Order: sequence, then structure tokens, then C-alpha cells
Amino acid sequence: MDFGYQINPSSAVNLDQVDRRRYDALVRLSPDAATCMGCGSCSATCTSSAWSGMSVRKVLLGLQRGRDAEVNRMLSACMLCGKCTMVCPRGINTRQLILTLCRLDKNGEVVR
Amino acid sequence: MVNRQPVISIIGAGIAGLEAARQLSALGYKPVLIEKAPVVGGHVAEWNRLFPDMSPSEDLTGPLRAQTAGVRTLLNTEVASINRLKDEYNLILSDGSSLLCQAVLFATGFHLFDASKKEEYGYGIYDRVITNRDLEAWFNHKDDRRIDHPKAVGFVHCVGSRDVKAGNAQCSKVCCITAIKEAIEIKEEFPDAEVYCFYMDLRLFGKKYEDFYIKAQRDYGIHFIRGRVSEVGEAVDGRVVVKAEDTLNGKPIKVTLDLLVLMAGIVCNPDAQHYAREIGVAVDDDGFLKSRNNVDAITESSRPGVFFAGSCTGAKTVPETLAEARSAALAIHQYLNKPR
Amino acid sequence: MIYQGKQKIWADYQKEIPDDHWFYVRSCIRQNFFPASEKYFLVICRDMLGRDIFETEHHTTCAGIAYHCDTIPQETAMTVVARQFALMTEAGYENFVTSCITSFGNYCEILETWREFPELEAKIREDLWKACRREFNKPKYIAHASDLVYKFRGEIAERAKYRLVARATGEPLRIVEHIGCHYAKMFPHKGVGGAEYPCVLSGMAEAWGGQVIDYPERRHCCGYGFRQYHIKANRGYSLSNTHKKFESMEPFHPDMIITNCPGCPYFLDRWQYVISEMTGKTYGQNGYGIPALTYEELAGLVLGIDPWDLGFQMHQVAIEPLLDKIGIPYDPARKYLGVDEKKIKTPGLPTTLKCC
Repeated sequence: MDFGYQINPSSAVNLDQVDRRRYDALVRLSPDAATCMGCGSCSATCTSSAWSGMSVRKVLLGLQRGRDAEVNRMLSACMLCGKCTMVCPRGINTRQLILTLCRLDKNGEVVR
Repeated sequence: MVNRQPVISIIGAGIAGLEAARQLSALGYKPVLIEKAPVVGGHVAEWNRLFPDMSPSEDLTGPLRAQTAGVRTLLNTEVASINRLKDEYNLILSDGSSLLCQAVLFATGFHLFDASKKEEYGYGIYDRVITNRDLEAWFNHKDDRRIDHPKAVGFVHCVGSRDVKAGNAQCSKVCCITAIKEAIEIKEEFPDAEVYCFYMDLRLFGKKYEDFYIKAQRDYGIHFIRGRVSEVGEAVDGRVVVKAEDTLNGKPIKVTLDLLVLMAGIVCNPDAQHYAREIGVAVDDDGFLKSRNNVDAITESSRPGVFFAGSCTGAKTVPETLAEARSAALAIHQYLNKPR
Repeated sequence: MIYQGKQKIWADYQKEIPDDHWFYVRSCIRQNFFPASEKYFLVICRDMLGRDIFETEHHTTCAGIAYHCDTIPQETAMTVVARQFALMTEAGYENFVTSCITSFGNYCEILETWREFPELEAKIREDLWKACRREFNKPKYIAHASDLVYKFRGEIAERAKYRLVARATGEPLRIVEHIGCHYAKMFPHKGVGGAEYPCVLSGMAEAWGGQVIDYPERRHCCGYGFRQYHIKANRGYSLSNTHKKFESMEPFHPDMIITNCPGCPYFLDRWQYVISEMTGKTYGQNGYGIPALTYEELAGLVLGIDPWDLGFQMHQVAIEPLLDKIGIPYDPARKYLGVDEKKIKTPGLPTTLKCC
């Protein structure tokens, strides 16, 4: 029956159900990825960010919140210029991190 | 001429009181330690290991106890009241005796914030909600039926800290690093457990604290979620459902946990406030005792002959407390030997 | 769950509720939603328990709905409220009891505002005098009607014909309590038991033999939210909140929900039909829903008042499985008889939600 309104999907992230396999695989291959403290330097300096929404910070957070599609959309906008690697205060090799991520599917399997 | 015979009362035989007693004894004084508990060592003696070296707390309190064994120590003794005389203070003790002294050192320490006051967290109501103190007791004794091979554990930072509504607007300073220390210890005990830290800001100011944070992230895979837990409920299986906002993601977040540890903050010992008021020693608007100034006279009160050491003036780390105790001992020495 | 922990909190949130002589004000919407509830509040308090509860036909809306829908300024609501206080004063009462939770919140909020800003109270007194030549004393005590039933819960238990236990097994019924937001969330100390673990309804449920369920979304609003429901474009928001609550309480298998707000029982009842039509899901046993009762209806059932006199035919969710479970007799043939014992129309049946 159409009531003219519906049950809205919740925007809440339920960590009980989040699939973190891709993130876990990334951290196994590139442990420094886990040391991100969310400062946003990478996004602020990103060549692509202002046009595409690319943000390494958001990629890392998205992986931990099960937002795989969003992560892939951001990754596809990366130009691999490496500015983010230059500014990361934790010394995370973000460029290598992005390349590693591109090799992993959503189940965390190395596919490339 | 150095006056070595005055009476110095030290209220509280935690690490501040013990260290000050040790230093004053070394200077040739005969201080008196007044402790309401049946043992000395205070909060630190109940803690298991200390950051940043992960040294057992006994490594600190054991030698302190041994080196102050010769100090007159009144256990199970409370200060019933204090009177201020011309140059002296008269302490009436709970055993009915009195102590006339030329200097008083407040080493009265802190009270752990009563976590049950944050009603939404359900401490004392939900079985699986414990405090930092309960967890340290478990590390010491491994005897708590609530901690049974947890698969998911959460730590809530700032419980009763930076919380105007709960009556404590201040940062309790040591909880961030304590939470990270305890999270790592939980991971060591239960490597399969997912561990979440819910924080507002991570304030890791001390030596090696940032290293702890990086280690927790990289080596232990502890999840840090920037957002204050807003609400805790109990699921049908007795686990707790925790809600927060993942503020870096801008979305609400929820997770079901086997154990939730509340990092209860540090508030002033109400006894200290009471004694201070009795003798006209100023209490600051944060509830802690008010130093003569907060830059170079932290151990001095607004009254001659009354001194402070440790967390009676605000949240302190162990090394800060020990340094203040030494500083206070020296300040007392100088006060007693000032030409009058 | 550590029950003693809750008792400790309850001890901190006990409010003084005078035993007798109350000036009663009705709700705008409850008489349509749950027509017998207010009537039986009076029957129980006056006729069964012998209390003096006074009401006057001159009482109007408290303007709470308009205030919460943002269609009138608070000063207007204050003047309307001042008039109700004048009616109480003229009738010679000092204790003011409201049927509606939003009214209760409105009265509390206005009295607190006047306490903080006495000049505003003076202005409202002047406005009231100009508008209708009335003067008022502020009530000594403000209570919600559920506070009174909570206070009388022991007396009701003594007179009870039925207890909230399953007749077949002797097990206590599993009861969800849902408190209206405006009861204690604004002023926790004005609610019995506070805002986090209110005991006004759980106290009744336990006194009458039931067992209260504490489920994760217990504190969540029913979703009514005034503007959220009243504007059709926002109605999904209202529905989603109720849906969230049902999903959360479902694993606890509640036998019933009790409420103390005009809106909550309505939405907790009717949305079960809408959810069942949209998703095919029902939350009670065997395809039925979970009955959502007002506290007066529950008190009435326990005291042995006929379910159809209590107005359960006005609920969407069928009450019969619950009556059977407790062992309360009812005559199915009387369900849709009007006050003159003539048959009123029988409602159509939902696609999924089972009804009797």
C-alpha cells in the first residue's frame, strides 16, 4: 500500500555489521595506514580533492565504516601526484597505500 | 640555625604524602603521616601498571613504603577538624587526640568521579559497564565475573571530565593515556577482541604518550572513534549497545560490546575542601585547592604554613605528583627556617 | 541488569505528590484517541479510591501543540496557561494535575520560566487581566495524572481483580514502558524516577505483577514530534522512529507497551499497522501486534473494568490475545456496540496485521 511516505533508511553505522576485511588486509600489507589520526593534511593539499572529493583521510575512515563504494569512487579520482605523502605528519606512505588499496577487492583479497 | 624539631603534619599517605615524608625525613624532620585508610599508597597502590614504562605500580609504592617505614604513620585516622592558631595549626584526629603543628601538607589526593552520576552510561545498572578502577582491580586480581573473554570492548574517555553538567569542567589529564594503556593491556589479554576508544580529543601530552597512541593504532589495531558516547543500553543477551556520533564521519554510530570501561575522571577529595575551608585556605572555582599561583607557587597555599602536593590542586600524573612532593618538602623546609 | 542500581537512582528522583484535592485538566487529543482513559481516571480516583478530583468545562487547550508546532509565541501559551491557573484558583484548588504529557511539560516550563524571569510573569498577569479580568495563584504542586496513578498503585493492587501474569504459566507479563518526552526529559527532577530510568510506569507495572523490559531504544522518542507527523512530507521520519523502537524491543518479546503520553500510544499502536502494510512484519505473537495501552486502560483492566468500556475497540492492535493471556473475560459480540448498545460500524481488516 502506498501511504505517500516510507520508513527512512537509518544513516547510523552499525559497527557490529561492518565488513572491515579490505581495511584489515591493507593494514597487514601497509601497517602505517593504521596510524592515521585524521588531521586532514592529506585532503587539504590534495590536487584532486576540491573537484572530486578525494581524501585519503576519508578513504581510511570509509574503509573502517564499510563504505567500499565511496572509497572506490574517491580512489578513482586520485592522480598519484604524491602531495599527500609529503605532508602526512605520521609519515604514512599514502601514495603506496593508495596503490596497495587498488590491488585489494572488497573482501581484502589481492586481485591485481 | 636550622629548626629540626617542628611538627609537620602530612594529610594523606598516597604517593604525594609518602614522597614528601621521605624527603622531609632526609632533611632531618620528623613528619607525621595521617592516613584514613588502613594502608598507605593511595590510589596508585590500587593500580596495576603505570604508563609510560608499564612498570608495576608496586615498583614505585614498594620502595616508597619501605623508605618511610620509620615515619610516624597514623593509619585508619581521619582529621576530624583543624583550627588555625597564631603561627600553628591544631589538628583534632578521629581517635580523639590532637596534633599541634607548625606546618600542614595537604597530600589529600583526588576522588575518582562517581561514574553512576552519568546516568546514561548505566554504571551500577548494566552488568557489563565497569570503570577504569574496576579494570585495574581486575588486572591485579583477575577476579571479576563481568570480564569473561570479551570479544568487543569499549573505552569511554572523559566520564565526568570536561563536563560542566556533571560539575567538573576540567580535563582529568591522565585518562587519555590510561585508556590507551588499558586498551593495549586488554588486547594483550584478549588478542581477538575488537577494542574501541571513544574520545573527544586525545590529550597525549606526556613523555612517550604519543608513542603509546601510535603503538595502540599500529601494533594493536585499536579503533579510535572521535565522538562522545551519548547513551548505553542493554541488549537481550546482556551485552551493551553503545551509541555515539562518529564525528570525523559525521554519522551516528552504534556497536554492541561485551564490556564497556568508563574512564572516570578526577575530582577533588571533598575532605580536602572541607579542611581548607576550616582554616581559610582558598578553594579554586574548579573545586580543587587554590595554589598561591599556578606558575611558580603551585605547592603553596594562600595561608602561611599550609602546603600542597599532588592532585589536591588538580589532576596530576605520577611523576608530577612526586616532583611536587619534593618541591613541597623543600618549601616547608624554607618556611620553617625563614628568619622571623 | 542490576535492579538495585535503578532503585538507587529512583531514590534520587522522588517527587512530592499530595494525596488528595486535585484540579484536573484534560488533554486535547486523548479523548479522540483513547476516549475512555480520562473517564476511567476519574472513575478510579473518585469512585473507587475516594479522592477529590475536580474538573471544569471552562478548561481549554494549554496551547502546547501550537507552541510545539511553532505557530504561536510562548507568551500566548503562557496567557492561556495563566487562565487555567485562574480556573483552578477560582475553584479553590492548589494542586494541578494534567492528563497530557505535553501540557505537563508546558506547565512546568512556564512555571520555571516565570521563576527565572518574574517580570514575564507580571506581564502575563497583566495580559490575562486585560483579556478576561481573571487573576490566579500558581499551583503548589503540578503532577501528571500518571504520577497520581503511580502514587495510588498500591491501593489499586489491593483492589485488583487480575494481575499482570500469564494465567497458563504464572509468569509475569513482559512489559515495555514508554514515557512521553515532555514528562521528564526537560526537567528530570519533575518526573518520578528521573529521565534516564523513569519509574512512574514501571512502578505500576511491577506493583500489578508485571516485569519491565529494558531494551536499548527505551529512551527513544515515539517519533510523533508534532511537526514531523503533522506534515505529511515528514511523516516517514515519525514512522522510522517507531520502527526503530519496535526493531529494538522485538528480541525481548514484549506482551504489551504502556505509555503516559497522548501521542505515544497512538503512534506505537497505529504505526504497527503501517509497518505491517509496508514491510509485512508484525511484532506480536502469531501475526498479531503488541498492544499499546495507556496507564488508565491498564489500571482499568487490572481493576476488572470491562475491556470494551475501556475503549480497546479503538485500538488498531487487537487486545484479545493479551486478555486471553491474563484470563480477563470479554464478550466478542459487545466489541463494536456503541454506548446505546447499538452496533457501530466494524472496521476493515489490514492485509498483514492480524486483528480479531
